[in-house]
Amino acid sequence: MAKENKPSLGASLRQKSGGVLAALLCILIGMLIGLVVLFIINPSHAWKDGFLRIIQGGFYDFPYGVGKTLTQTAPLIMTGLSVAFAFKTGLFNIGAAGQYTLGAFGALYCALVLNLPWWACLLASALFGALWGAIPGIFKAYLNINEVITSIMFNWIGLYLVNEIIYGRGSGVMYDAHNTRTWKIAEKAPKSLIPSCGMSELFHTNNTTIAIFLAIAVAVLVWVILEKTTFGYELKAVGLNKNAARYAGINEKKNIILSMTIAGALAGFGAGLFYLSGGSEWNPLNSTSLPAMGFNGIATALLANSHPIGTVFSSLFISHITVGGAYLPTKYFPTEIADLISGIIIYLCAFSMLFRGVIEKKLLHKNDMANANADTAPKTENGKEGK
Amino acid sequence: MLLLIKYTLLYGIVLMLVALGGMFSEHSGVINIALEGIMVIGGLAGVLTTASLPKGTAPVVVVIAAIAAAALAGMLYSLLLAFASINLKADQTIGGTALNMLATAIAIVLAKNFNGSTSSKISYTNKAFLFKIGDLELSVFIPIGIILLIVSYIVMYKTRFGLRLRACGEHPQAADSVGINVYKMRYAGVLISGFLGGIGGLAYVIPSVQTWNFEVGVAGTGFLALAVMIFGQWKPFNICGAAMFFAVFKSLANIADSTALSSLGWSSNIYNMMPFIASMVILAFTSKNSQAPKAEGVPYDKGSR
Repeated sequence: MAKENKPSLGASLRQKSGGVLAALLCILIGMLIGLVVLFIINPSHAWKDGFLRIIQGGFYDFPYGVGKTLTQTAPLIMTGLSVAFAFKTGLFNIGAAGQYTLGAFGALYCALVLNLPWWACLLASALFGALWGAIPGIFKAYLNINEVITSIMFNWIGLYLVNEIIYGRGSGVMYDAHNTRTWKIAEKAPKSLIPSCGMSELFHTNNTTIAIFLAIAVAVLVWVILEKTTFGYELKAVGLNKNAARYAGINEKKNIILSMTIAGALAGFGAGLFYLSGGSEWNPLNSTSLPAMGFNGIATALLANSHPIGTVFSSLFISHITVGGAYLPTKYFPTEIADLISGIIIYLCAFSMLFRGVIEKKLLHKNDMANANADTAPKTENGKEGK
Repeated sequence: MLLLIKYTLLYGIVLMLVALGGMFSEHSGVINIALEGIMVIGGLAGVLTTASLPKGTAPVVVVIAAIAAAALAGMLYSLLLAFASINLKADQTIGGTALNMLATAIAIVLAKNFNGSTSSKISYTNKAFLFKIGDLELSVFIPIGIILLIVSYIVMYKTRFGLRLRACGEHPQAADSVGINVYKMRYAGVLISGFLGGIGGLAYVIPSVQTWNFEVGVAGTGFLALAVMIFGQWKPFNICGAAMFFAVFKSLANIADSTALSSLGWSSNIYNMMPFIASMVILAFTSKNSQAPKAEGVPYDKGSR
């Protein structure tokens, strides 16, 4: 970012609103395409039973549905933060799914085998995730291997590894052969559950906990680290220009590894939040595919333009429409329409830079007409746009 | 043993076809993470075609129609990647990731709609795709794959088109300066990868079972094909070798529990893990003199230097 001539408040506000508008545009187009698909599948029920249900999300079944949304949002915020954090250092953490898997293992192991209190289990999940994030970081820093490739490989290695350990040929300590899943934490280790503090009673669910507040707190913490500390500044400098950062005396290798490690810890923590809420258990037999939470994190990070606080809102939105999709009457529509919509939204996000450029130009133009004196601000902004 | 050969060939051909697709795309300068999604879409199109053809259709027609549908669907889907990464200069890995997520959703929605129920399983007969040599049951994709491998080699190394394609992946500015249309060549590269990826997807789904649940997608085969491509150092025959090497492990995973190997006590998870670990080791050792196309992943901008 421009160090010496700080952009005026107006310019930075305009840039932010440009990003938000671009995201809203992605959402709007995604929803429109979703609506068209609904109409193609079943025109007579598309609006009331289809589109409105998705828009309503969890509110269709208030308060239970909203509780469900919140339960799903917490881990999604974390994987979104994980991807966003790596983005800030110029790294694409497609490995959030694998780190999430390892985090789930760490949480479940500490809960079911060691019977540790919930906060220790959460720490363990972050630690395991961090380990799995650090490996691609090391490969990137010392061998210059693209972190995308490494992360993809380690996603699968992690998945098979965790399944192998948990399943243990049918006799793993954490494996409940009767349910073909890991043991329920609520039965085996109730003190490993994240406290609900009345949230479950409020939403009439059995798995809404303070996880959502923990996730939001972490989001704020990440924002502070990135925006208010020297460490965050260094990370971003490496992301913007590795060579320039090295020239300025920043150890770029260390920063790449640290960035991936923290990203991994965030994703792993998300898995902890999810599995320690007690809503569902790990199924080592059915997991031939990686947890979708990791890939949806990419969606929320992109939608939020990698802004930590923005990630909270984009995660809320994505789980809102996913829960809404689950309420679609299966008689008329497949519930995966919601996934379809979020898929389209990310595809659009991939070139949202383009939208953003157009929107900013429009906004700038208006501003120039209204206030001819403010010509210094647009210049800095043009410079920034060209990154 | 026969079972091992059968599975290895079946799976190896799939990996080879998809990895060859990735090779074309990357030599033109576009990283194709979307191979997984292209496979899903290709497989879906092929399966839907097979399932909806009337019962009495001649086997040859079924095979040709299904493969054509798969290839066409793969190409159409890869156009989305080409458009985002070539025209709009979007980040190629992000675009590809989005297409992977989208593909599974599209496949499930279409499959459920095809069934008119809540099941995303589609049943079909795969008799037309299989033939026998002695006791060994093979699929038509094996001869097709070998032909496509040879054609790929010739196109890539013996034609003007191949030379130009590779130039666009190595140094697009230089290619442009001698009058090659970089955008067109990159479109061609991505479309070929869609073609091969689509066929590969069908080859993965159809020969082994008679029902496919599209919720599984293709279970990471597209990503494994990426590893195969790297393992094969972006060269056609090396890719073929790498694909067979990876396929042996995958086959071992399939038959581990039913043969003498089970006395080793290794589960299928371990065999499944091995190719990924092997490719990480190879990557670590070859990173210093990698054969990767130099300009891959960088959107081409006429104005930049």
